[in-house]
Amino acid sequence: MLKLFFKRLLHGIPVLFVVSTITFVIMRVVPGGPFDQEKKLPPEILVNIQAKYHLDQPVTTQYLLYLKQLAHGDMGPSYKYIGRDVADIIFDTLPVSITLGMLAMFVVVGVGIPMGIWSAYRQNSIVDRACMFYATLGISVPNFILGTVLVWVMSHKLQWLPPALWEGPRYMILPAIALGAPFSGYIARLTRSAALEVLASDYIRTARAKGLTETIVLLKHTLKNSIFPIISVLGPLTAGLVTGSFVIEFIFSIPGMGSFFITAVTNRDYPLIMGVTLVYAVLIVFANILVDIIYMWLDPRVRV
Amino acid sequence: MNFLSKLSCGFLGVIFFAAVFAPWITPHSYETQDTLNTLATPSFSHLMGTDRLGRDLFSRLIYGARISLFIGVFTTLLALVIGTIYGSISGFVGGRMDGFMMRIVDIIFALPDMLMIILITVMMGRGILGMFIALTLVSWVTVARLVRGEVLRIKEKTYVEAARALGASNAKILTKEILPNILGLMVVTMTFRIPAAILAESTLSFIGLGIAPPFSSWGTMANEGWKSIKFYPHLILFPSLAIFLTILSFNFLGDRFRDYLDPRNKARFN
Repeated sequence: MLKLFFKRLLHGIPVLFVVSTITFVIMRVVPGGPFDQEKKLPPEILVNIQAKYHLDQPVTTQYLLYLKQLAHGDMGPSYKYIGRDVADIIFDTLPVSITLGMLAMFVVVGVGIPMGIWSAYRQNSIVDRACMFYATLGISVPNFILGTVLVWVMSHKLQWLPPALWEGPRYMILPAIALGAPFSGYIARLTRSAALEVLASDYIRTARAKGLTETIVLLKHTLKNSIFPIISVLGPLTAGLVTGSFVIEFIFSIPGMGSFFITAVTNRDYPLIMGVTLVYAVLIVFANILVDIIYMWLDPRVRV
Repeated sequence: MNFLSKLSCGFLGVIFFAAVFAPWITPHSYETQDTLNTLATPSFSHLMGTDRLGRDLFSRLIYGARISLFIGVFTTLLALVIGTIYGSISGFVGGRMDGFMMRIVDIIFALPDMLMIILITVMMGRGILGMFIALTLVSWVTVARLVRGEVLRIKEKTYVEAARALGASNAKILTKEILPNILGLMVVTMTFRIPAAILAESTLSFIGLGIAPPFSSWGTMANEGWKSIKFYPHLILFPSLAIFLTILSFNFLGDRFRDYLDPRNKARFN
């Protein structure tokens, strides 16, 4: 198991390298730079700034310098947040984004799986139809539309929950729902089709024949065997949550990495863009490794 | 065809018609500012009201359809062409070549796609072209994977073997035997990729990193509406509805096509 973990980790390294190279190249090949402002800087000052950040060197030299710096664990200073290191900013914002992501994942799994199992159990009933209608809606509602609707109804009209910021559990409810709910529809669908197959199998009939209660049949036999397709999409799902978190952080003014990435891109704050992109890539790579390991841990057939 | 897919077809037909014939059906120009009538609620002269600058929302929505659909449809088509060529070559040639080509696809597939789309779009000046390139770059790999899998499956079929025995060239086998058989898969993929592209475009425009003014897509309009959601919710309501219904219709149709092409479901349609 440990050997496999390290092997997968090694596979992740080329991905990270490609991510960093592509990001670096895209940032530098485009004309203009972080210090082009409305009000032109005096040329002497501009030259000094560019020398300080090595922007006067050829792109390849700049990249090598960056990699060298990175190897020492230093992501460099931010160009726009004067006096702050990129590592600093990430250290402050990453926990916020991760909390939001975990809560959303909780919504996805907590709503999607029970819904899928239930509608498979009551196939073609009104419950099933309602659940699948929710699932189709979920797949078609963009995060930002759900987010804006939630803010308008829950915050502006009913005034139950705060519309923005991140200052305690009450502030986390709406963002977590807005981020997680659309994906829960997808999971519900997936669970339903997996559970339908399981429910038709012989061992379920045996379990029922043994006289087990329906609850045990559903929770122990059905759920356990229909969970594999769900686990295999958890990797792409994590990537989807990462994507969605940009919008959600924007809507709810949450001080997470996504918000900083958006401003960094508009400001052309090169080191900050690089730092945040790399952290996101690492998160996605790790999530995929984790999913593989869980998969193997649960299913003895793949373990070999 | 059931009721929902007919409805979806109808809705998409109307939207496509509106997008193509926008200049002839809009009651107002999309940029004329009726300064005496800013932030008006829906009325007969302005069917969906006006925005902060007094521009007619209905007309802007129809012009927005042009951009949203253009990006959705054409990035998907281009991704489909690139992905199909790449995937079928990779699957058909096989061996080392296949391994190498798929390794490239794997790496692109593992990139955090939204980050890449944002970076490329913003760095290319937030125009339609930048968005177009960015979306195509990240989405062709999905098609390539699917097509490769299908080609691998089909090239072992007996009719391909028969064609080969009759002396057909590789190019002929690929174009006459294999590609016609993955056409169905391509139609399904397309109906699911178009809404995905529209979603990506509107999301980006909504956070202010997509299409830049003076052009306005539905996402840009939703972004403008978001700023005044508390007092003028109609500004965000209409563009959001347009995005939602379009994506929903494509998804309904995609589901229908997929069920139709799934051999296990054949009985249901006879």
